Amino acid sequence: MSYKGKFRVWRGEGGEGRLEDFTVEVNEGEVVLDVIHRLQATQAPDLAVRWNCKAGKCGSCSMEINGKPRLGCMTRMSTFTEDETITVTPMRTFPVIKDLVTDVSYNYQKAREIPSFTPPKDVKPGEYRMQQIDVERSQEFRKCIECFMCNNVCHVIRDHEENKTHFAGPRFLMRIAELDMHPYDVADRKDSAQEDHGLGYCNITKCCTEVCPEHIKITDNALIPMKERVVDRKYDPLVWLGNKIFRR
Amino acid sequence: MERHEYDVVVIGAGGAGLRAAIEARQQGKRTAIICKSLFGKAHTVMAEGGAAAAMGNVNSDDNWMVHFRDTMRGGKFLNNWRMAELHAKEAPDRVWELEAWGALFDRTKDGKISQRNFGGHEYPRLAHVGDRTGLEMIRTLQQRVVALQQEDFEVHGDYEAYIKVFAECTVTRLLKDGDAISGAFAYWRETGKFITFDAPAVVLATGGIGKSFVVTSNSWEYTGDGHALALLAGAQLINMEFIQFHPTGMVWPPSVRGILVTESVRGDGGVLTNSEGRRFMFDYIPDVFKDKYATTEEEGDRWYTDQANNRRPPELLPRDEVARAINAEVKAGRGSPQGGVFLDVSSRLPAAEIVKRLPSMHHQFKELADVDITAEPMQVGPTCHYVMGGVEVDADTGAASVPGLFAAGEVSGGMHGSNRLGGNSLSDLLVFGRRAGAGAAAYVDSLGARRPQVTGVEEAHAEAMAPLERQGGENPYEVHHELQRTMNELVGIIRKESEVAEALEAVEKLKERATNTTAPGGKIYNPGWHLAIDLRNMLLVSECVAKAALLRQESRGGHTRDDYPAMEPEWRRKLLVCSSKPDGSEVQVVEKTQVSMRDDLITLFDRAELSKYLTEEELAEYDAAAKELS
Repeated sequence: MSYKGKFRVWRGEGGEGRLEDFTVEVNEGEVVLDVIHRLQATQAPDLAVRWNCKAGKCGSCSMEINGKPRLGCMTRMSTFTEDETITVTPMRTFPVIKDLVTDVSYNYQKAREIPSFTPPKDVKPGEYRMQQIDVERSQEFRKCIECFMCNNVCHVIRDHEENKTHFAGPRFLMRIAELDMHPYDVADRKDSAQEDHGLGYCNITKCCTEVCPEHIKITDNALIPMKERVVDRKYDPLVWLGNKIFRR
Repeated sequence: MERHEYDVVVIGAGGAGLRAAIEARQQGKRTAIICKSLFGKAHTVMAEGGAAAAMGNVNSDDNWMVHFRDTMRGGKFLNNWRMAELHAKEAPDRVWELEAWGALFDRTKDGKISQRNFGGHEYPRLAHVGDRTGLEMIRTLQQRVVALQQEDFEVHGDYEAYIKVFAECTVTRLLKDGDAISGAFAYWRETGKFITFDAPAVVLATGGIGKSFVVTSNSWEYTGDGHALALLAGAQLINMEFIQFHPTGMVWPPSVRGILVTESVRGDGGVLTNSEGRRFMFDYIPDVFKDKYATTEEEGDRWYTDQANNRRPPELLPRDEVARAINAEVKAGRGSPQGGVFLDVSSRLPAAEIVKRLPSMHHQFKELADVDITAEPMQVGPTCHYVMGGVEVDADTGAASVPGLFAAGEVSGGMHGSNRLGGNSLSDLLVFGRRAGAGAAAYVDSLGARRPQVTGVEEAHAEAMAPLERQGGENPYEVHHELQRTMNELVGIIRKESEVAEALEAVEKLKERATNTTAPGGKIYNPGWHLAIDLRNMLLVSECVAKAALLRQESRGGHTRDDYPAMEPEWRRKLLVCSSKPDGSEVQVVEKTQVSMRDDLITLFDRAELSKYLTEEELAEYDAAAKELS
């Protein structure tokens, strides 16, 4: 049941590196992260990889496997043939620290730029009343495990480093939608979604939805509805006229 | 060397650590959060079922007294009763507070927070979000930290003026000035560079010790760091012999062995069967729980819809009971093909309902084991899940015996006695995280202008560098694997004197080998080096577990002795207290008498129930107290 698998893994640090070939034992039922761990234990003790739960719940072990963004812990070896060479590289959109570990601080900066949940001042803890159907929309987005693979795959920043300053990425545009759909959030998030966080850059290619390990419909359920809310505001003829008249 | 001054340093960024840090910051203290992983990845995300809090939203008969009784029963009355009391009283406020910070729990029909059934809880009590409650909690607390940083940015122009997260940073030593805490020594995982924290108060919130075992639901972070740091700083650990083996971990495929299968599966109707198709839990209801659990399948099944007139099914016994039962079935040859038992929810709920209530279980089995839980049973078996033992603390403030040292969450001991109820961990984190944060803030205030001086930095530096500088030593991964095998096989779910003694000898030898490990490669993100450093902690904690397990000659909760199968009232009064020499070379264990329960708390129980746990002498005290209060 076990066989010798062929792996090609990115090794290197500080902007330099190369793909290194390994032959390593693979056993029944294993996932890519198991094999990476075996490499650490037997051939490359300093091979850097992030991981925590090994159950698809923490979103630490994001990597690119044969070019596709995947969680190492949820990618089963049985999805490959035994003679296939499996190429494992770090997420491309973020700077590499070492081997498979990238500097994901961009994501934490963006998280900090989104205004937090803003409840009405007069509702005390314990007094919140919400219907299940009303919380479910935001609950879908709160399933996010912050693996940052949606941000990694989004061409707006994957191919355009310069956009990082003014584009929050699907993860945090979804966070804005989540708060906007929260039954008790009173902040106005529509203008800033467009103007400060770059919602307009998203041209709904759905790459983010495709790679989401939690199967969140990021584009259809968060980004498009958010775009519609922005549009309702921005291009409503009455609002437009009102703005023209009263802004002066 | 990088150096920072803070009022409070919190080590660990799971539920307890974040709640402690939030509290310290809310009380105006400059607070550092240090965590081994990225911010928001802590082990709390793994918690599935929910947070137990007697809000009474689903059954209005619930209140803190019922919750207190359930907690004490679950812990077989060994709990620190003051902690159990505070926990039961304060959990609802802590859950409601999360909601005001943006958490979105599942709802009841009238719009309140929904509550689900769980093992050992008399009423539906767990606030939850499907089966990903831990994720909701960590994200809410993380976002609360960010909200506070945004407030600070408004006022001071600096997000990190009052609360800063040091992510992927590992503390290797607590620093002291005389008897008191003065800071912490750490390294950045990313660069391998060292940092000194200069702080009069340290809150340990590092979680558990599961990585000393092969089959565990715990992540790599659970290397007992806080337990070991406390010991080395001169604090004491209690109850280290009590380790919870969660009854239901995945058993196949081998690479996922041990990954948690939430108790909610059983709370929502799932049943355990053996290879003969028998619901075997009916054969394992212990005497102390006889009158609280259904004796027929019919009654058990009726309970899901009518709790007032039926008793709960025995699948919902406390975890220690269920884990032992599964272990016994497998040993008797009635296990499933892959060495577990069957857990089936597919025949109990419609498929759509299963996907809705247990989405991550559905996902996990489908992706990792090719099993569709809406159509077929799962195979499950016990997995090392939680350590009841930890730093001995003052219940009200979380203070350890070392001035300036505080602990909360899994790394602290006492709250759960000999066995923790499911759902009591998430609420524990919130209640005692907040209390430890407040305790640390009050301690800093009490110092006034005096600040302890940092000492011992050079020694800590040399200790951390050793594995990198040594040549030709042992492979740290090998030493780790051997420790895991030893603890799993010899100090596991069922223990006996000869095996535990053998484990202790093995641990002694491994300690020798661990001082001679070599980590090839440089300082930048070098997992081999990190593991070599963590080994000291795992070994020290394993020594505590084995030594305490050898001494406690009875079976209770998460400590089952094959050679002493009965629960002994005399032992209920005794806590085993571990301490260590400052160099960690040897652990001492001494007995300590448990403080008697306050009269108004002990009289919440029936005499008949207490008579199963207490000595005659204690029962006489109970009678006197009952008379006084009547």
